[in-house]
Amino acid sequence: MSAVRDWPLWEVFIRSQHGVAHKHVGSLHAASAEAALCAARDVYTRRHEGVSIWVVPSAAITASSPGEREPLFEPANNKVYRHPGFFQVPPEVKNL
Amino acid sequence: MFDIALFMGDTDLILSQRLGEWCGHAPVLEEDLALANTALDLLGQARLWLSLAGELEGRGRSEDDLAFLSDAGEFRNLLLVEQPNGDYAQTMLRQYFFDTWHQLELARLGQAAGRVAEIAAKAATENAYHVRRSRDWVFQMGDGTEESHSRAQAAADRLWPYAGEMFHGDSGPLRAPWIEEVRATFAQATLEVPAATWAHRGGRDGIHTEALGHLLAEMQFLQRAYPGARW
Repeated sequence: MSAVRDWPLWEVFIRSQHGVAHKHVGSLHAASAEAALCAARDVYTRRHEGVSIWVVPSAAITASSPGEREPLFEPANNKVYRHPGFFQVPPEVKNL
Repeated sequence: MFDIALFMGDTDLILSQRLGEWCGHAPVLEEDLALANTALDLLGQARLWLSLAGELEGRGRSEDDLAFLSDAGEFRNLLLVEQPNGDYAQTMLRQYFFDTWHQLELARLGQAAGRVAEIAAKAATENAYHVRRSRDWVFQMGDGTEESHSRAQAAADRLWPYAGEMFHGDSGPLRAPWIEEVRATFAQATLEVPAATWAHRGGRDGIHTEALGHLLAEMQFLQRAYPGARW
């Protein structure tokens, strides 16, 4: 068996119930997609946490860089008009 | 029916104990958990079968009496499942041979009457996942590195003579579909299906390999040393 360090890393996403989005729960090493799916089932759904599993090769994820935080996210700070808080909600509208 | 319940219960129990031996020793954490999951599935099935066996026998023996106070000669499990864990290839090939037979056997027992069919149906759901997992390991090891391939082949060759016993009596017709499944899997895993046709017998008659005694010495130690001890 090849050493575990040779196995690629996979990110695991679990959907806890129908109609809810898959949520990232962790990562694991596995030799293939099928092995990763089995391992995810055995590690992350032991207490009935999910109805669906995705495994994604970690290498396939393109991530933003922490160094780019300012140019990416600062500009949204002072644009309060993007929040839907500038109109009156009619009293007839419930449960908003 | 007593014979079937005892045979299924003992076989599940002994394999569960074997898999439990890996707990804390498996090559990676994911496998440690997966083997423990499988072991606990099988232990749950063993409890159902042995409880049923105790009732059918009608001598007041509980599942615990059958599991912890029977001597080796009273166990009816398959010789395959008492074989030592060996390396990971041996553990997973043993599992694959067992899981694929188990799936067929549970489908067959699902046609029986009453409790036997109920237990078989519950067990079949759990087992469907076991098959998927152990089959994938056969692919991975057979079609993996040179070393994993040779270990998987060695494990298949060593365990093959213990497979024949699974197709005794009413289970005979399961042999053809089982061989077909193994051939397809081995072809994809680039493994050779062993040619030997000779098979060990004895598990169903209580004639076991020496491996069972060692396993029972560990499994039954507590109840033997402290009779009636409880958590």
